[in-house]
Amino acid sequence: MTRLGLYRALVVVAAVLLLEALCLAGVIDRITMQPPHRILRDLAVILWSGSQNAAIAKTLTNASIALGLALVIGVATAVVLHGYRALRETLDPLFATYYAVPVFAFYPLLIVLFGLGDTPQIGIGFMLGVVAVIVNTLNGLDRVPRVLRKAARIERLGTLETALRVDLPYAAPYVLTGAKFAVAYSLIGIIGAEFIMSRGGMGYEISFAYNNFDNAVMYPLIVLILTVSIAINTALSFWERVLLARRGL
Amino acid sequence: MSAETLKSARNALVLIAGLLIAWQALYWLVGDAALRPPLATFRYTATLVTSEMFWPHLSESMRAFAAALAIAVGAGLSLGFWLGFHRFSGQVFEPMLVAIYSIPKITLYPILLLTFGLGMPAKIAFGAIHGIIPIALFTINAVRNVKPILIKTGRVHGFGPAEMVRSILFPAALPEIFTGFRIGFSLTLIGTMLGEMFAAQRGLGYLLMTAIGLHNVDLIMAVTLLLIAFAALVSSILLAIDRRLHRRV
Repeated sequence: MTRLGLYRALVVVAAVLLLEALCLAGVIDRITMQPPHRILRDLAVILWSGSQNAAIAKTLTNASIALGLALVIGVATAVVLHGYRALRETLDPLFATYYAVPVFAFYPLLIVLFGLGDTPQIGIGFMLGVVAVIVNTLNGLDRVPRVLRKAARIERLGTLETALRVDLPYAAPYVLTGAKFAVAYSLIGIIGAEFIMSRGGMGYEISFAYNNFDNAVMYPLIVLILTVSIAINTALSFWERVLLARRGL
Repeated sequence: MSAETLKSARNALVLIAGLLIAWQALYWLVGDAALRPPLATFRYTATLVTSEMFWPHLSESMRAFAAALAIAVGAGLSLGFWLGFHRFSGQVFEPMLVAIYSIPKITLYPILLLTFGLGMPAKIAFGAIHGIIPIALFTINAVRNVKPILIKTGRVHGFGPAEMVRSILFPAALPEIFTGFRIGFSLTLIGTMLGEMFAAQRGLGYLLMTAIGLHNVDLIMAVTLLLIAFAALVSSILLAIDRRLHRRV
């Protein structure tokens, strides 16, 4: 391990130990937070007994659907917008201010439109994620060197083929940046929507446990969500670095 | 007025007109159950902002947001200057900040509620944790990219750390720091609103949640419109300042 990695690990371990000590000493009381070793044990119990499997599966499935939709529709929209300069310039202010708007305000509308099933939650996750994908993909498409487009023209590739075989592969690292945001946003959307109004899922279980002071369920589920999102993010960052390194960047 | 300002004003007008048309069309499609047409919403919003019950909510939200933003800016800037200037600490902590930036912070909300209790402090804390990290990350990069000659000049003058930040680092890094502030502003606003939606007794987020619970479509539309108008207006102004600062360099 490098010296840097060692220090990073030390900082994380020290933070966890500090929490553990504060909890055991009673500075942080049990109703506020369990000591970290208890959280891990409770997590193991939950995963082992399978009591939350339905909720976990529901949330992760919905988040994956939202993420998939955001990626496919986001990339397709970016490719189309890239071709229509005027339309893109008109939509630019929308993209720039989009994340200042609380998308959750549209949740009730989606519930009335689609009913209280999974669809409105997926809708919120999708709406949060899609713009990050569009903006980052556009950013990547802007950087495609002209010579590659000329090469595509010499090979007589059509518009669709040029997009699929030249533009998008070149923009891949930027699309990945968008994908990283979309992972976080789809989880935020799904879990937030489950907090506000739903009949199941991890967000629902967390808020249910919160209302009942059931820390043995709440903290493990929170830790699980954080672990999943950090793991996916680290994997995507690694892939992004590999792609950039191959280009000597 | 330059040609560019004219163009962006035209784009904004076209965009607003397009959104209004889409809104009206959606209303014709969906009907009265979930939506109100633009005109009716404007009329209801006008009665809302002139009513007695509205102002306490607005001032509560504004105070929470202002406090959260102040904390986010203060903490974000100090963290950013420290990690940007002290290279080794920066290398140790930056990846951690990036990881924290990517987690769905909404899952942490129950923990904040347990720590701070229902009310103002929890809202402020939730808003602030959304804004601190983007401001810190942008400041780190901004400080790192300050030209070494400027820092050497400061050393020659015998500046201490405070003087160095005030007369050299801050002015040189201002454009990038402002970009971080712009993003931190939006995220803090969303964080504060989300905090109010999930647990509060006052504030615009609370008003929105009550409206959702009572299925008061008029109120949902009016509060959403106000939030969007405020967010869009401020973030367009910030974006304009941001572009001007970047052009100057």
